[in-house]
Parts: sequence; C-alpha cells; structure tokens
Amino acid sequence: MGSSHSMPEEIQELADKTGFTLEQIEHLHRRFKQISGDQPTLRKESFDRIPDLEFNPIRSKIVRAFFDKRNLRQAPDGLADEINFEDFLTIMSYFRPIEMNMDEEQLDHFRKEKLKFLFHMYDSDNDGKITLQEYRKVVEELLSRNPHLEKESARSIADGAMMEAASICVGQMVGPLWVV
Amino acid sequence: MGSQIFRHVNFLNWLLLLLSLECPFAATYFELSTLSSNSTQYKPDHHDAEGSAQDERLHVFTVDYNYVQIPYEVTLWILLASLAKIGFHLYHRLPSLMPECCLLIVIGALVGAIIFGTDHKSPPVMTTNIYFLYLLPPIVLEEGYFMPTRPFFENFVSILWWSVLGSLLNAFGIGLSLYGICQIEAFGLTDVNLLQNLLFGSLISAVDPVAALAVFEEASVNEQLYMMIFGESLLNDGITVVLYNIFIAFTQMHRYEEIEPVDVLAGFARFFVVGLGGVLFGIVFGFVSAFMTRFTQNISAIEPLLVFMFSYLSYLSAETLYISGILAMTACAVTMKKYVEENVSQNSYTTIKYFMKMLSSVSETLIFVFMGVSTVGRNHEWNWAFVSFTLLFCLIWRVLSVFALFYISNKFRTYPFTIKDQLIIAYSGLRGASSFSLAFLLPMYLFPRKNMFITATLVVIYFTVFIQGITIGPLVKYLDVKKTNKKECINEEIHVRMMDHLKAGIEDICGHWSHYQLRDKFKKFDTKYLKKILIRENQPKSSIVSLYKKLEIKQAIELAESGMISSAASTTSLQSYRNQRMHRLSPEEVESMRDMLAHSLYQVRQRTLSYNRHNLPTETNEKQAKEILIRRQNSLRQSVRKGNSLPWGKPASTKNVRFLSLRYGTHHPARRKARHDASTGDYSSDSDSMVSIMFSPQLRAGSLGANRHQQEMVPMEQLDRREKLSDFAGQRGTPSKQDHTARIRRPALMPKPQFDAVFEEEIQGYESEEEEEAVMASRPSVKWAAEKRNVRHFHKAPSSPFWRK
Repeated sequence: MGSSHSMPEEIQELADKTGFTLEQIEHLHRRFKQISGDQPTLRKESFDRIPDLEFNPIRSKIVRAFFDKRNLRQAPDGLADEINFEDFLTIMSYFRPIEMNMDEEQLDHFRKEKLKFLFHMYDSDNDGKITLQEYRKVVEELLSRNPHLEKESARSIADGAMMEAASICVGQMVGPLWVV
Repeated sequence: MGSQIFRHVNFLNWLLLLLSLECPFAATYFELSTLSSNSTQYKPDHHDAEGSAQDERLHVFTVDYNYVQIPYEVTLWILLASLAKIGFHLYHRLPSLMPECCLLIVIGALVGAIIFGTDHKSPPVMTTNIYFLYLLPPIVLEEGYFMPTRPFFENFVSILWWSVLGSLLNAFGIGLSLYGICQIEAFGLTDVNLLQNLLFGSLISAVDPVAALAVFEEASVNEQLYMMIFGESLLNDGITVVLYNIFIAFTQMHRYEEIEPVDVLAGFARFFVVGLGGVLFGIVFGFVSAFMTRFTQNISAIEPLLVFMFSYLSYLSAETLYISGILAMTACAVTMKKYVEENVSQNSYTTIKYFMKMLSSVSETLIFVFMGVSTVGRNHEWNWAFVSFTLLFCLIWRVLSVFALFYISNKFRTYPFTIKDQLIIAYSGLRGASSFSLAFLLPMYLFPRKNMFITATLVVIYFTVFIQGITIGPLVKYLDVKKTNKKECINEEIHVRMMDHLKAGIEDICGHWSHYQLRDKFKKFDTKYLKKILIRENQPKSSIVSLYKKLEIKQAIELAESGMISSAASTTSLQSYRNQRMHRLSPEEVESMRDMLAHSLYQVRQRTLSYNRHNLPTETNEKQAKEILIRRQNSLRQSVRKGNSLPWGKPASTKNVRFLSLRYGTHHPARRKARHDASTGDYSSDSDSMVSIMFSPQLRAGSLGANRHQQEMVPMEQLDRREKLSDFAGQRGTPSKQDHTARIRRPALMPKPQFDAVFEEEIQGYESEEEEEAVMASRPSVKWAAEKRNVRHFHKAPSSPFWRK
C-alpha cells in the first residue's frame, strides 16, 4: 500500500469507511509504516517495535485485539495472521471520539461498537460469552505488571467481580447483557 | 449522653486552663508596661541590672524581664496557640464548623487585645528580614514537601496556566480597578497612584488555600479540584512575591517619573527570569541533597539536617540573586523528596515530616498572632470606599479570572472542569497570612497610606477566612461537587482500569504524544540514570517495595506490641479453600479489591488526597491497628463458634463471616527484619502517615536467606502473647458485628502460604494444622497450642489509599 497513499480516491474511501480525516489517515499511515518496518502488512511481532508498549500489562490483549477477526469484521471468530493498513485503520476507528454531529442512532451504534471491542478483549475464546476463567485471566493480566501480587489475589478479585455481576444476572456474562 | 457531658466537661476544663494561662500572661504584660517604661526595651541589659543592684544592697531576688522578653513572648504566643488548638479539637463540633485558621486569627486578636489593653509595645518579631528569612521558608517548604506529586504533574499545565495567569489577572485587575476608584475625588484617595494600587493588587491576590483544602478533604471532592487549588496556592505565593518585589523596585525607581515601556518589558522579563531561575535553582539543590543522603547510612542523625539545610540554602541562594526563593524551595522539596525518602532511615523520615509540620505551624501561628496584634492596634486608617471596593473587586476579579481562564483551559483538558467546580474554585479564594505579611512589610516611606492598605487587607482576610471559610463546606455539600469515585463496584473498577490501559496502549501504538508518554519517558530516564546516582545501593528495585518495607516494619512493631500476631491466620486460611462458594462481598472487601486494582497499575493513580497544614494524617494507622485487633477478635470468635462445621464446601449463609477470599503474600522476610530491628531496640513507636499498601513484596530468596536466623526469636515472643490471645478467644461475643463492619473501612489482609520452595515445609505444616483446627476448633487452648508451630503468619494492616509523600 505504499504507493496508494498518493491516490486520493482510496484514501477517500478509507476516510468514508472509517471516519478518519485525511490528515489522520496520513499520520496513521506513517505510523503503520514505522511499526511494520515498511512492510505492507503487520504481524504480531511488529508490535515489538513499540517500546512503550512493554510496560502495558494488557499488552498481549491489545495486540491480539488487532488481529481478532471479529474486530476486523471479517469472521465471527479466529485470528488473522497479518493485517494490512485498512484493517489497522478499522481497529483504530474504534477509538475515535464521539463527534458532535452524530445523531442518536449513530451514537448508539458507535457506542455499541466500542463496547463490543472491549467485550472481545475479554472474551478470548470467541464464544460470545465471558466465563469466569476468562475474566480471571483478564484481571490477572491487569495486575500482572506488579510482581508482588499473587495470582490468587487476581483470581479472588475476578471472583468477586463475577459474584457482583451474578447478583444482577446469572452465571456468565453474555454479550448483550454485559452492560456496566 | 454521658459522653456528651464528658466532652463538654473537657471543653470547660480546657477553657479554664486557657484562661488561667492568660492571666499570668496579661499580668506579665501589665507589669511590663511599668518596667519597660523605665529601661531600654530591647537590649538584654543583664549586667546593668546587676550593676545597679550592687549600688544599693544585694537583692536576693531580681526580675529582669528585658533579657528574655522577645523569646519569652514569642514562646508564650506559640504555647497559647497550641493550647487553643488542643481545645479546638477537643470540642468536636468546632473543626467541622470552621477552619483552623479562624481559630488562629481569633487567638491573635486576643493576644493583640491584651497587648493593646496593657499598653505594651510588642516585640518586633515581624520585620521584613525576619519574615522573609525565617517565617516564610518553613511554610513554603512544608507546602512543597507534602505536595502530591503525581496529580500535580498530571494537571501541571492547567495549574500553571491557572495560577500564573490567574495571579496576574487578579493582581492587575484589582490594582487597576482600585486605581480607577482612587481617581474619584469623593473618596479622598487621589494620592494613591497607579503603582501603589498595582502593588496592593498584587499582594491582595495572594491566596491561602489551607482552609479550602481542609474543607475539600473532608468533603472528599475530586482530585482535580483539589490539585488545582493546591497547585495554585503553591505557585501563587511565588508569583505574588515576585510581583511584589518588582513593583517595589518600580516604586523605588520611579517615584516621581513616569515608567517607560522599557521598564515594563524589563519587568516582564524579570518575571520570567525570576520564576524559571528559581525552579532551576531548586532542582539543582534538590539533586545535590538527594545525592548527599545517599551516603548517610551510618550517620542517620544528620539526614533531617541535610534536608532542611539544603532546602533553606536553596531559598537563600535564590534570594541572593533576587530570584524567587519560594519557587526555588518548592522545586527543591519536590525534587528531593522522592530520592530522599528512599535513602533515609525510617526515623529520619518521620523526623523530617514532623519537624516540617512543626516549623510551618509555628511560623503560621506567629504570623496570625501578629495579624491579630495589628488588628487591635492603632495603626489603622479606615476608608470606607477603599476597603469596600477592595473586597468587592477581590471577589469579582476572582470569579472573572476563574471563569475566563477555565473556559479556555477546558478546551484542552480531557476532564474539563464543570461550572460547579469553577464556582467552588472561585469561592475558595481565601486570603491569609501571606497577604497580611506583604501588606505589613510595605515600606512606610514609599507608602504614606500604608495603614489604609493594612486595614483593607485585614478586612479582606477576615471576611474571606471567616465568612467564606465557614460557608464553603456547606456550599460544597450543596453543590454536590463530583466526589472521588467511591463506587461500591469492582466490575466498574476493573473495566475502567482496563480501558485506561487500553487507551494508553493505543496511544503508544498510534504514536500519539500525550502526557502518558512524557511521564513514561521521564520514568525511564529516572530509572536509568537518576536513581542509580541518587539512591543507595541494596535497595529493592521498586520504590513501592521499599516504602512498603518501611511500613511493614512499623506495622510489625505495632502488632508485636499489640500482641495479636498470628492468631487468626489459621482461621482465615481456612477460607482460602472456599473459592467456589458464593458469598456477599462486604464493602471493605470491595474497597480492598478496588484499592488493589488502583495501586497495581504501572501508572498509579491516587484516589483521595489529604493535606492539612497543621497536622500530619497520623491517626489512620493507629485506627487501623485497632481495627485489625478488633477484626481479628471477631473472626476468631467466628471461627471458634463455627469450628464444628466442615470448612469446605459449605456456603456462607451468614453475613457475619467477614473473611476475605483475598490472599496476599506473607511478609516473612520483612517481618523477620522487623523482629531484628525490634530486638536491636530500633523501635519507632510513632505512627506513620497514610502510606500503606495492599500487596506485600516478596523479597527474593537472596535477601530472605540473611534473615532466616531470626526465626527462632519469633516463637519466643509468641509464647508471651498466648496468654493475651486466650483472653480474646475466651470471649464469645454476639455474632453480629455489623457495626464493626461499618466502621472498619479497610479489611485486614489475610496471609497466605508463600509459593516459594524455601518455605515448603511451613506450608505443609500449616495445612495440616487447619485440619486439626477444623476438628478441634471449639477449644481455644488447643488452637493456641497449634499456633506455636505456625510462626509466620500474621495480619497486615489494611491499606489506605496509596499516598506517597
């Protein structure tokens, strides 16, 4: 895609699809090239080029989210091996701020998309449900930066949270019900 | 009912005490007025008195008050203020009604009344030199040292924008408006020229936040608001003094001529030079002093000295060059704090904090007393127009500047300030000691109408402190300012955390330069270079860990003293196997989980802040220790009563079972170290500030090995305590301890077997013990016997919000 950024139609298409402005797409394209090392696609290893991400406790989840087919809107589950710039932009578009000129329905859709993105981060086995195990894993990862916390504590927190949610609904957290 | 009476009696007692102190005080003054009228007052003329005595006969008993007059009176004032504070806090309703500085002003007025009444000339404690060299630095140092750094730097740009521009806007606004008023012939103020008005404007815009902060802390308003006020006051002092000096220089220079634009530009430039230069100075000194503390392992007694002297030196050096000493000192304190805390010993750490508070308290008291003395005095000039317009303009300009500046800065903030926040900030513009001091120190020859200025300043101070200070509490409650997010919901916390991390990660990925980046960069630089240079070796890598260690040592000692060491550990370990069961989480468990989540991020965000000029937040740990005790008693009783049932697989139907399923690491190594310290008599019995952390460090095997030999000591001390323990176990109190639950905001953390190969045998011993207990738990004596083997588990004090000083 190195040459395509000089072609405005493609960019316009991307802009329409993802909602970014042209400058933003330019910026992201530069970044994409930087991360991918001038390759046309990104792989998981490419994210190692970002040193600041090292400190992030949920690093693996974030990286994984980039390759999650559900986020890429390609398939109901599975992981892609590599993503191109368009996919990169798709993922990034989840993080766009809410704009003033959206109407109710758009806003609602927008918010749902964001929530779904988050949900997919929790739901690692792609079954549309967050089980206790998955939740535990999430909390563990959240606290994983701290070497002094035991896994047990993380588990207990997850248990506690699940129990809290259980007082509202039952068992597992299913997608539509997961409203916090 | 009885307690109320008791409280009233207490208050009456204190009142009587105060009065009785006042009497000799007044008597002294009265006598002095006769004595001092004869002799020269301020020369300690000791020998003269003797000489004159020898002329007549040898007096068996002589009184020479002049020798000690100044220190004597100063000490008396301070004592009086301290007594008043004691009484103030004894009578429980008062502190919630009015801020403490109200009290100080009242005391000052009282002293002033006495001095005035006895026609005594007060000692010249308040001169320019003394104020700027001795009275001001402690206050500034204390403010800088206890500033919560993280929120400060998170909001740095907003704070900078607001305080610098706010002060400037206020100063110039008030000055110019007053100048406009002075032009009106009817008020008789035409001789007050522009410069004088500007100067007055600058000194009256100095804000003293202590009252506002006290109110905020109590109402637990959100962090941002708190930080804005705090940061504003910090920088505001520096800026006001800079402006003041510039204007005084102007006044001296151009008394009769016009001020040229070149001078105005020079003034601007000077402003920046002074401000930035001060900060640089401070940082340099901070680093130097941090570096020095690296080598003071063996002479820990001079550590507080280093800290204070270097800060003071930074102030003085900056003042030599006419750079803002206040900003220098603040920067020094902020820079120094982080590294010094790592390096100094526990005792020095405590000493530094307490001494700082003490010094600043003393300074402030003296200033307020002086203010009171000036109030009841003859150096007043009342001018209705000036005074009332001053007050009016102060209020108006503050509101204007707040709304204007925040409107702009809100556009750039992620969390904009609401109108309510802005209203609160506008309302909390209390003036205090700094305004008064600057007014008092106006040179008379430059300001012939100085007395009018003083009167106006006093009126503004009294108004803002009393009326605004008292009503700001109710106002905050009324407006229901957004509180710190005390939610009773773990889920929410987890999700918020998750999203924070996600946001940070995405920012990193898309290369967005946000303040996270800056902070990370600084942290990396810090870890790589600064810490290596400035911090001693053999320190645990994480500052959290070292801080935690300090706390643990302290807490271990407390616990050792209180005598409830490993008692309920076994009980709670039973719970460790009850993962599967559903139980309602009590609020403090939720809180603990939340705290844990809050504190274990790589960006630690503080929740509640606490700043009080007059106190260290000391009570918390004692309360915690007590609560640990009570909690343990209760859980003991629970377990003892429930001892017959099988521990596994039984749902907790009762709500009384307030165990936690949380396990945290044990703190054997730290504890053993604590034992070691305890045995060497290194008791630090004072309670620390609110620094306590949820999780325990697991110092790796290397450091553990060194401490293992201390194990033997532990059982010995345990044996002593068994008698005490059995007392508690013997009690079978009522099951429901809901009131304790409500009181205890933070749960005790339960120890857990450490998954470390070194301690394998303990774990096994531990587990088998539980089985034993499950069967025989109804007999406390057996339990205690079993305790003998279980030597390493004890409760850790619960956490309070992570407060890094």
